Amino acid sequence: MRRPPLVIGIGHRLRQDDAIGPMVIDRLRATEPGGRMDLLELSGEGAALIEAWDGREAVVVIDAMRSGRPPGALVRLDAVVEPCPADTFRHSSHQFGLAAAIEMARVLGRLPRRLTVVGVEGERFGFGDGLTPAVADALKEAMALVCAAVTERP
Amino acid sequence: MTGPRAGSRKPARRKASAPPRVIKVDALARVEGEGALYVRVKDNVVQDIKFRIFEPPRFFEAFLQGRYHAEAPDITARICGICPIAYIMGASHAMEDALGIETTAAIEQLRRILYCGEWIQSHVLHAAMLHAPDFLGLDDSLQLAKQNPDVVVDALRLKKLGNTLMEVIGGRAVHPVNTRVGGFYKAPTRSALTELLPELRWGLEAAARLARVFGGFDFPRFEDDYLCVSLHHPDIYAIDRGRLIDNRGLDIPIEAFPDHFEEQHVAHSNALHGVRKADSVPYLVGPIARYNNNFDQLSDNAKAVAADCGLPRVVRNPFQSILVRMVESFYAVEEVIRLVEIYQPPDPPAIEPVIGEGEGTGCTEAPRGVCWHRYALDDTGHITAAQIVPPTSQNQPRIERDLLGVVEASLQLEDEALKWRCEQAIRNYDPCISCATHFLTLTIDRE
Repeated sequence: MRRPPLVIGIGHRLRQDDAIGPMVIDRLRATEPGGRMDLLELSGEGAALIEAWDGREAVVVIDAMRSGRPPGALVRLDAVVEPCPADTFRHSSHQFGLAAAIEMARVLGRLPRRLTVVGVEGERFGFGDGLTPAVADALKEAMALVCAAVTERP
Repeated sequence: MTGPRAGSRKPARRKASAPPRVIKVDALARVEGEGALYVRVKDNVVQDIKFRIFEPPRFFEAFLQGRYHAEAPDITARICGICPIAYIMGASHAMEDALGIETTAAIEQLRRILYCGEWIQSHVLHAAMLHAPDFLGLDDSLQLAKQNPDVVVDALRLKKLGNTLMEVIGGRAVHPVNTRVGGFYKAPTRSALTELLPELRWGLEAAARLARVFGGFDFPRFEDDYLCVSLHHPDIYAIDRGRLIDNRGLDIPIEAFPDHFEEQHVAHSNALHGVRKADSVPYLVGPIARYNNNFDQLSDNAKAVAADCGLPRVVRNPFQSILVRMVESFYAVEEVIRLVEIYQPPDPPAIEPVIGEGEGTGCTEAPRGVCWHRYALDDTGHITAAQIVPPTSQNQPRIERDLLGVVEASLQLEDEALKWRCEQAIRNYDPCISCATHFLTLTIDRE
């Protein structure tokens, strides 16, 4: 049986704007009818990401980013056709995060057929919960981008 | 498998009165947490070397005070996302010691399978994805995947196997939720584990294969006569229990650890520095210490893998830690197969405690080495005192000592190559820096 698209929310719930990925997953879990998409929350560790999307047809990843854009800015990237900027999606000093996972999966032939990355520019990544206002304002639009990517047909 | 060697460049010529040469690595990549290294060299003599840890101190020992004893395993697991089982087990054993709980053999066997899962995923991630690129002159595992995709494919699948064990037994791969003081909330069924046997048998082959590939690396020449400290058990390669020994004749119960070892503050690091108490000598914990102290307890097959990849009976070259990690990964897979084949779900899955006042100690072998816990409880089962000694704070003085030796032996290298060699030497320890910064007392110098 064909599996539904997978949405992966990346981030840490207690590092302020880094929580945007998990929060989108929470909202989708509450609002989406069952079966239309699979939902998964991950820390962003690269090996786990490759495992999660291995063998999938369509995957959408939502993550906070730090690219120099204004807080709350949204970026949509088709990772199958364009490289993921290495410094935009930070994970940890292990430096095997989303960008490295995408590029490694590309080298190993383990990218899903469709992989869309939705990035939300964060402002603060310190200790604590709660999004900063600009990022909280972008939550709804981020969800719309994720849902649009899920329903697209190749 | 060979690649460009970091040390193959021509030595730099230096005048006798050259200004001090400073090597700084400000944000160290491919280790867990945040650390930095500072080396000062003048007239080809090392003047100063500091391995700095600047992760914010994490006050675990303080905020455990007043918490209920049953919370300690789950709270301390948050010290590390790579080795939560080490903290869960150390804290659980300590609480069981404090409350006089005797678990069953079936519970301990299931715990050992879980712990092996953590060893596999932690060791393979570090050895293949983070450390191996150093030996090939590659910047990262992506370059490794381009050059040798089979290694990366094997490593990712083997790491996944470790994660799967943690998910099946612990409920999830990071920060498991099915463990508790006294055992488990729910024991997995026999079939949930036996269905992993085909993948485990593949894992045994894969671990041996990776060990052989890494055995072909060119290892920088550096040796030291390490003071090796580890758990030891006469019948089995010590992971989850045993006495503490060193390779100079020490043999003590885990409770006596603070009588022989201590942690010292140093100005340049947030992590405490572990040393032997009598003479402030640094000591080594982790794969090489375990291998040197407990070689006899390895299985015959694991000993054969060690021989195949070129490991001597006693390892003195820290760069060979990558090989020991693969031998231990092989052993861990083999051990899981052995235990899964005889597995019967523990019934009951946990032994209920009788709450009361007490003091208890727990000590296990985290992937990076000895992880020691002690707690005191009041008569309601709440924590009144906590002390945790993680492996990286114990290894930190040893890392600095190695760096001194490596720098002195490699001064002919140009700065970039020397920097590379230093980072490689730090990664020999797979330092989990976020684990090592959880101390309570802050020392502030004021002028």
